[in-house]
Amino acid sequence: MRSGAARAGQYLALLCYLVFLAFPLLWLLSTAFKSPQELGSVDASWLPRHPSLDSFTAAFGQQPLARSALNSVIVASCAAAVSVAIAVPAAYAMARYRSVVGKAATGWILVSQMFPFVLVIIPLFLVLKSFHLIDSLTGLVLVYVVWNLPFALWMLQGYVRAVPASLEEAAAIDGCGRLRTLRSVVLPLLTPGLVATVMFSFVTAWNEFFFALVLLKSPEKQTMSVILTHFIGAEGAADLGPLAAAALMATLPSLLFFALLQRRLVSGVMSGAVKG
Amino acid sequence: MRRRDFLTAAATAGAAGAPALLGGCATTGGGDSGPMDFLSLAWQKESIAVNKALVAEWNRRHPKARVRYVQGAWESVHDQLLTSFEGGEAPDIIHDEANDLTDFAHGGYLADLRPLLPEDLKQQISQANWDTATIEGGVYGVPFLHDPRVLIADRRLLEKSGVRIPTAERPWSWGEFEDVAKELTHGRGRDRRYGVAWSMKEPVNQSVNLAMSTGGAVFHREHGKNVVRFDDADSRVFELIHRQVNEDRTAARSTLGMAGSDTLPGFFAGRYAIVPLNFSFRQQVQQQAPDDFEWVTLPMPAGRGTKGGGQLQGVSPQTLSVSQDTSRKEAAMAFIAFLTRPGHMARLAKGDWLVPTGREALRDPALDTGKYGWSTGLRIASDLRASPVLGVRGYPEWKDKVATPALQEYYAGGIGLRALRDKLVVDGNRILARYQR
Repeated sequence: MRSGAARAGQYLALLCYLVFLAFPLLWLLSTAFKSPQELGSVDASWLPRHPSLDSFTAAFGQQPLARSALNSVIVASCAAAVSVAIAVPAAYAMARYRSVVGKAATGWILVSQMFPFVLVIIPLFLVLKSFHLIDSLTGLVLVYVVWNLPFALWMLQGYVRAVPASLEEAAAIDGCGRLRTLRSVVLPLLTPGLVATVMFSFVTAWNEFFFALVLLKSPEKQTMSVILTHFIGAEGAADLGPLAAAALMATLPSLLFFALLQRRLVSGVMSGAVKG
Repeated sequence: MRRRDFLTAAATAGAAGAPALLGGCATTGGGDSGPMDFLSLAWQKESIAVNKALVAEWNRRHPKARVRYVQGAWESVHDQLLTSFEGGEAPDIIHDEANDLTDFAHGGYLADLRPLLPEDLKQQISQANWDTATIEGGVYGVPFLHDPRVLIADRRLLEKSGVRIPTAERPWSWGEFEDVAKELTHGRGRDRRYGVAWSMKEPVNQSVNLAMSTGGAVFHREHGKNVVRFDDADSRVFELIHRQVNEDRTAARSTLGMAGSDTLPGFFAGRYAIVPLNFSFRQQVQQQAPDDFEWVTLPMPAGRGTKGGGQLQGVSPQTLSVSQDTSRKEAAMAFIAFLTRPGHMARLAKGDWLVPTGREALRDPALDTGKYGWSTGLRIASDLRASPVLGVRGYPEWKDKVATPALQEYYAGGIGLRALRDKLVVDGNRILARYQR
């Protein structure tokens, strides 16, 4: 009986937490479909009284949302893919071959996460300029890869350590070389870790604003996070309806990406991998 | 197993294909032969449309000096410009606010426009307006749009109360304004209706600018240096707001932490009778007000016995500047002169719901109408002066580190006038001294 009550309490707490987490998204959804008059009403309602697509029409009419969404998808996908592709072998080496260099690299990873963006932006700008990569999506992808890489390495390192070394030894006994072991034994077991790292890298690049703001100037190359600020005027005045509509559009691809990949995060793929 | 293979392959293919996929996106760089970049901060639909239409018209007429419209944002323009100036990639033509020009002009990033300005443009704009973009003798921007403070009021509540409705020619005195706020305040507790709602999320600019109406300035020039003073004339408006919130209770305390837009729902619901807001907020009021809501735009109250009949108000206009690095300064100036032709300036003002600076634009029939309070803005234009904070190096630091928290505390009743004065003056002058060594 007591355990039943405890379980009900747990579910209730979980429900409260979910409501708390979902609140901003639901509010965004509701605001995006409200008319300007409803937005100015002091009696805020959850459901729009007269649902309208005006905010979406205005948002798409005012700013190149579709183009910026495509730019964000390209940049975030490439940044995630490249980061993970580089991080996998590096993380494997760091996890399996422990040395002074490995320890120093780990320390550097932690320190690098503490640099504020503003500290690096001007030197970075000058470096990219010398490679003609200002106002280029390639340049932005490179920046995101460099920015994501330390944390991606950090994450993957932990996942690699969780793969029992005995599996690799067994593969070696069966005649597998290093690369084959990595490809055929380690990588499949790393899937949840890879998915989590891809998600992290994708979302970081998708949400990033400051680098995109200063590195891209052509209107046709700007990403969604930059376009969203164009709905805010001087003194904090905001075109609330179109802003909410655009923000909702900016949230959807990320959510979709999560929905597609989240099943891969399920733990337990290694259960039964090692007998004994 | 298949899915795992797919993920692995996708990651590998993505990594390998990224440079190829993105290769076509790399810029070729405009250089001197490409179009000039015009960084615009227009953000309202109508305003963006006018800006783009004018750019298209310019490009049709000047195929050898083409301009590319680049959209910027108010929130981030300073950081964006600073980085691009440092990196040598700044836009050729820059839309910004006079407030933001000080550091850029001192840093040598902006061109001094004096040798470039065409005579008719010089004549179109009054000296008071040129002063707003003049920094140590150089002119670093063409001021073209103003966003002064006005009172937006619930017409029915005003008429019902029987108070005199002010005009631009005969505004309320600050004393009358306090009486009117008392007259309009009714009820208790949650049903209380307040006479006024001061939105004070960003309290510094508006407080300092309004201090001009009582002969104050807060920032003064002494022996060639900027100093902060907070004498009686400087502090009168500050004290009035404090009194309305904490003693008379005619101003809502809850709005002190709000931005201008946040006070509008309460205004429409009749919770506040008057909201002091920037002129451009009329667009939001017009868009969001319920159909049967009647509102009116009134001038800010005037001080008694002070310069300009007590109606002076500090402003920091929107400006158009030329980057020092561009090799096409004459062409950039010609484009600015085109954008600020009287008819064009009036169109831009209308699109952004702002007051134009040009003498002829102010007489444009499209703006000179009582509808939506346009005529009030046009009438008060002659009382607008350069904000005392313009050209003061160290002002942003003073504002963020000292004045904003101190004023928020003062208006909320946390500290008294003496403590406020100490903070603004003592801490403020310490900051300014660092910039003036």
